[in-house]
Amino acid sequence: MAVEHPLATPAGDQSRIHDIGYRGYDGPRLGRAYARLSLYSQTLRGSYGLGRSVKSKALPMLLFAVMCVPAAIMVAVAVATKAHDLPVSYTRYAIIMQAVISLYVASQAPQAVSRDLRFKTIPLYFSRPIETADYVQAKFAALASAMFILTGAPLVVLYVGALLSKMDFAHQTKGFGQGLLSVALLSLLFAGIGLVIAAVTPRRGFGIAAVIAVLTISYGAVSTLQAIADAQDSTGAVPWIGLFSPVTLIGGVSSALLGGTSAFPGGHGPSHGQGAVYLLVIVGLIAACYGLLLRRYKKVGL
Amino acid sequence: MIATESLSKRFPRVTALDRLSVDIGAGVTGLVGANGAGKSTLIKILLGLSPATEGRAEVLGLDVATKGAAIRERVGYMPEHDCLPPDVSATEFVVHMARMSGLPPTAARERTADTLRHVGLYEERYRPIGGYSTGMKQRVKLAQALVHDPQLVFLDEPTNGLDPVGRDEMLGLIRRIHTDFGISVLVTSHLLGELERTCDHVVVVDGGKLLRSSSTTDFTQSTTTLAIEVTDSDEHPDGNRAVREALQARGVDTDNEGGGLPGAGRILLLTAQGEETYDLVRDVVADLGLGLVRMEQRRHHISEVFTSSDEQRKEATVHGG
Repeated sequence: MAVEHPLATPAGDQSRIHDIGYRGYDGPRLGRAYARLSLYSQTLRGSYGLGRSVKSKALPMLLFAVMCVPAAIMVAVAVATKAHDLPVSYTRYAIIMQAVISLYVASQAPQAVSRDLRFKTIPLYFSRPIETADYVQAKFAALASAMFILTGAPLVVLYVGALLSKMDFAHQTKGFGQGLLSVALLSLLFAGIGLVIAAVTPRRGFGIAAVIAVLTISYGAVSTLQAIADAQDSTGAVPWIGLFSPVTLIGGVSSALLGGTSAFPGGHGPSHGQGAVYLLVIVGLIAACYGLLLRRYKKVGL
Repeated sequence: MIATESLSKRFPRVTALDRLSVDIGAGVTGLVGANGAGKSTLIKILLGLSPATEGRAEVLGLDVATKGAAIRERVGYMPEHDCLPPDVSATEFVVHMARMSGLPPTAARERTADTLRHVGLYEERYRPIGGYSTGMKQRVKLAQALVHDPQLVFLDEPTNGLDPVGRDEMLGLIRRIHTDFGISVLVTSHLLGELERTCDHVVVVDGGKLLRSSSTTDFTQSTTTLAIEVTDSDEHPDGNRAVREALQARGVDTDNEGGGLPGAGRILLLTAQGEETYDLVRDVVADLGLGLVRMEQRRHHISEVFTSSDEQRKEATVHGG
């Protein structure tokens, strides 16, 4: 009979929901630098779809895999054949995979900035402690880091593989270092170009198309012109033409200053002097992208 | 809370603010003005995002020209337009915004859960914002403005696009922000009627100039007006006139309600002196054998004060509410 009144027990004391009312916050407020870091990590995670829907994870993860698999295969082959060096130099790898890298930056640059513009979230950021420059720096750094992870990971695979198959340590380490340096430049340059284009195209689809167009069309045009110049024996012009596309810029610097082999037609890579010009142009472009982004965001304020 | 001193903002073609001097204390303050009256420009300056052409302004005792970041850390802002990404959940979004305000990760999550509950978002807060109704979106916008427990929030047209019920809920919520949460509010609207019910204090701006700044009770107290409407009968084909004459015979003057609204001509307005006025109206109507359709108290609307204090052209834009 005891089961008859189960509700009669004063159990309500434990299960009652208390509305505790509004509670203020008097904990720490970590300010600008922390907010900038939070924006950086959120964007970086977002660039690989982390913290976002499954759909948004698919493409970046796939591209990451596509970047790494050839490196793994090369290592496997090198180990199996007991080669004394890797089939591809560290600085060449990114140039060979440039289509994948372009696709990645085209898909993730709009994701990093266009959404905030399109959904007008920008005013919410700027009504908080951060300034325009903080926003631009956080986004730029985040996308560049994401690109560096994408382009650096296969180099790590190559390096580890090379060491495991007991290739010359000093030689491999030097090449690996040079490779990292060249992909760092590439990451900054591509991220800058991608962000500038994405920041002026709030529609994501257009942003993707525009980034792909700028990166691949310029590369196609420059390669074609170089091939023509080479065929017509005006080989002196080949390196200079290479200044006009992001991919060949990186390729040129790698071959002239970072000990890589030239991918230019006929092997007419830039000399050391020309390499310095290449480097200047790259640094100038990165700075210009940063400046343009700042100008763009000064306008879209609140 | 907020003090401005001959604050001006001039753009090449227009003067958005013209030597505006106001002093706003704690509580809920309404900022009223037609579109383009300078409300948004004022908020931008107060957030330290846009330098004033001349004059100075202080928010929470901090100079907007030099202490912008410190002000923005302690102030919340809810924009007028849509500002939410559709593909993330309200929780994720508000947590991110809390961190952007400088809250450490754990505090950001706790405050988000609390704030979303206080604005009235429960289970749906885990779903993507894209599927929310306008009312729910407004609540998320409000939550992101409150999540870092500011001392003051700027709400830009928070009732925009809401239906009457949603509007009332939002106004109630705004009231609670001050009474329950202890956060002062500066709310803009072009609808005066709303602010009358919600605000302690109303600032009216027009063309960048201060038109009036006073407490809501000043605007609306004066006297109680009674609005009555009666039916017609065979005996009195114009019931309205019959009541009017009968009341006049007993020494009470009435007035037809002005304005071009349909049916406005059928409502009589009279000044209530006290309990006996109600009884008198009841008796008069009963004696005439008419039906009393309505008898209600009317407060003087701010709009009456406003239209009479300024030229008529504003009537079109500010009449609502």
